[in-house]
Amino acid sequence: MRFEYNIEAGNFSKAGDASSSFKKILKQLNVDPQIIKRIVVSLYEGEVNIVAHANGGKAICEVDTNLVRIHLVDVGPGIPDINKAMQAGYSTASARVREMGFGAGMGLQNIKNNADILNIQSEVGVGTELEIIVNLPKAG
Amino acid sequence: MDSKHFHHALIINDDHCIGCSHCMNVCPTEAIRLRNGKAILYENRCVDCGECFKACPVSAIIIDQDDYKRIQAFNYRIALVPAVFMGQFCDEISRDQIYSAILANGFTHVYEVEMSVDLLVNQVKTYAKSHPDKKPLISSFCPAIIRLVQVKFPALTENIMLLKPPLDITALYCRKQLTDQGVNPAEIGVFYITPCAAKIAAIKSPVGEDYSMITGVINMDTLYNKVFKHIRSDRSLKPAVVHNQLLSGTALQWSLTHGESNHIPGRSLAIDEIHNVIEFLEKIESGEISDIDFLELRACDESCAGGVLLTTNRFLVAERLGAYSAENKTKTDESTGIEAYTDYLLRRIKIQPISPRSMMKLDENMEEAMRKMDKSGRMLKCLPLADCGVCGSPNCQAFANDIALEDADIRQCIFIQKNREQTGELSPDESLEMLKSVWGNDKFFS
Repeated sequence: MRFEYNIEAGNFSKAGDASSSFKKILKQLNVDPQIIKRIVVSLYEGEVNIVAHANGGKAICEVDTNLVRIHLVDVGPGIPDINKAMQAGYSTASARVREMGFGAGMGLQNIKNNADILNIQSEVGVGTELEIIVNLPKAG
Repeated sequence: MDSKHFHHALIINDDHCIGCSHCMNVCPTEAIRLRNGKAILYENRCVDCGECFKACPVSAIIIDQDDYKRIQAFNYRIALVPAVFMGQFCDEISRDQIYSAILANGFTHVYEVEMSVDLLVNQVKTYAKSHPDKKPLISSFCPAIIRLVQVKFPALTENIMLLKPPLDITALYCRKQLTDQGVNPAEIGVFYITPCAAKIAAIKSPVGEDYSMITGVINMDTLYNKVFKHIRSDRSLKPAVVHNQLLSGTALQWSLTHGESNHIPGRSLAIDEIHNVIEFLEKIESGEISDIDFLELRACDESCAGGVLLTTNRFLVAERLGAYSAENKTKTDESTGIEAYTDYLLRRIKIQPISPRSMMKLDENMEEAMRKMDKSGRMLKCLPLADCGVCGSPNCQAFANDIALEDADIRQCIFIQKNREQTGELSPDESLEMLKSVWGNDKFFS
């Protein structure tokens, strides 16, 4: 099953809408609560990244019985140095974003900690694409 | 994962139910449907919060208490009375008068529920410090909240603090104290005077405990009426000396909003009223809110002062207890007798881990759940999204799910009926029958 969510640039009051909608779906599909938590936290962090840094984007969430795959695609500045961006605490967020409680530099790190696979592709001046995969163990 | 036996204290009385759907529309967990002119309860979704009880215009929803006469089966009849009970009476009526009236109404002992709070408060602090991985720690105080977390926020069950609430600690204490005095345990009946339905449900089918120390439950309004009548009819009532000393300020306010959170160091929040709690837990669960240390969550507005079985306005009850607590502050050192049992009680203060009991799933099997979700999605596209509730489900999304779960027929939707009448797919008679299957026969002329 495939679900697509648009993510608006700069609108922090709506950051979390995609993860909240997708969370409801995962609960209805009887995915293990602890795994839902990992998926939703990853999606939320990715969502916030798009809201904070990009000029808009979308989350495409695919659910299969053995895994959940999330593509976060944005049009934006891109990440010049992905290795650096992965470091905990590294942040390019503006002072305005930090004042709102975002931009602590933990986003990508947090996704990596919660996902089974995280792939990042980015082109400066074009945009960033994240692929997040979380495996679903076979339920008893 | 599912509990086999799940007691509910809220009962819909079919003889009185007029099928008005008010309860269905206020239920925070979408646990009520309308069928054949009567409200029906999906028991696995109900958390006993009491919103339906408050909304019912004809008192068709009752809170199932024990028969008052049942106390007479015991030689030692203990009333476990929470502080909010006292908060209902005006200042002219003294605490001793109230407790004397309780004794005059058949009880042999009065114990105040919150007498164990001073012992508990330190345990909560220690627990919070030693469980940094469980942040935010969710208080185990309100049983409706525990059930809400189990059914709606299953991932957060591991955040629930595994310590007994004051009620259970005090119940343990009073039993132990009496048996130490040589009383035969079989002769002791411990009756809790409850402000709400959720506490009854928690006693009749405990979560995190094998059995309850509490024998039975008396609804607070029942005892209030008896006590008030007694005091009014006998102004000269000699106040009996209740053997317990005054509660500390902390204890008196424990069941009110901020009663717990004020004592827990760090970022400690108090949230009352079930919809507020749901809104906040959604954000916690998604990781949108983090770095919170402790959550005091209560299903009722103004916490227990707003319990559905209280007679007096909740703001007045909270204000009175606040005033009493200011008076009692200097008296916290006085012994309540419970200190002597500290070791005994602390050894038994833990409860077992609480397991999730998700009500959200469309099917146990994921492939089947996906098929049902697909069907629900297709149904929702045909529905008006007006959330009018005429179909007998609380909103269009819930109705679409009900259809996918084969608990409803899409022709129950009044918009679908009108469309199908136009195209000739449904006759006016069939259409009326569909409405009757939801609302019963009485509301229609033919």
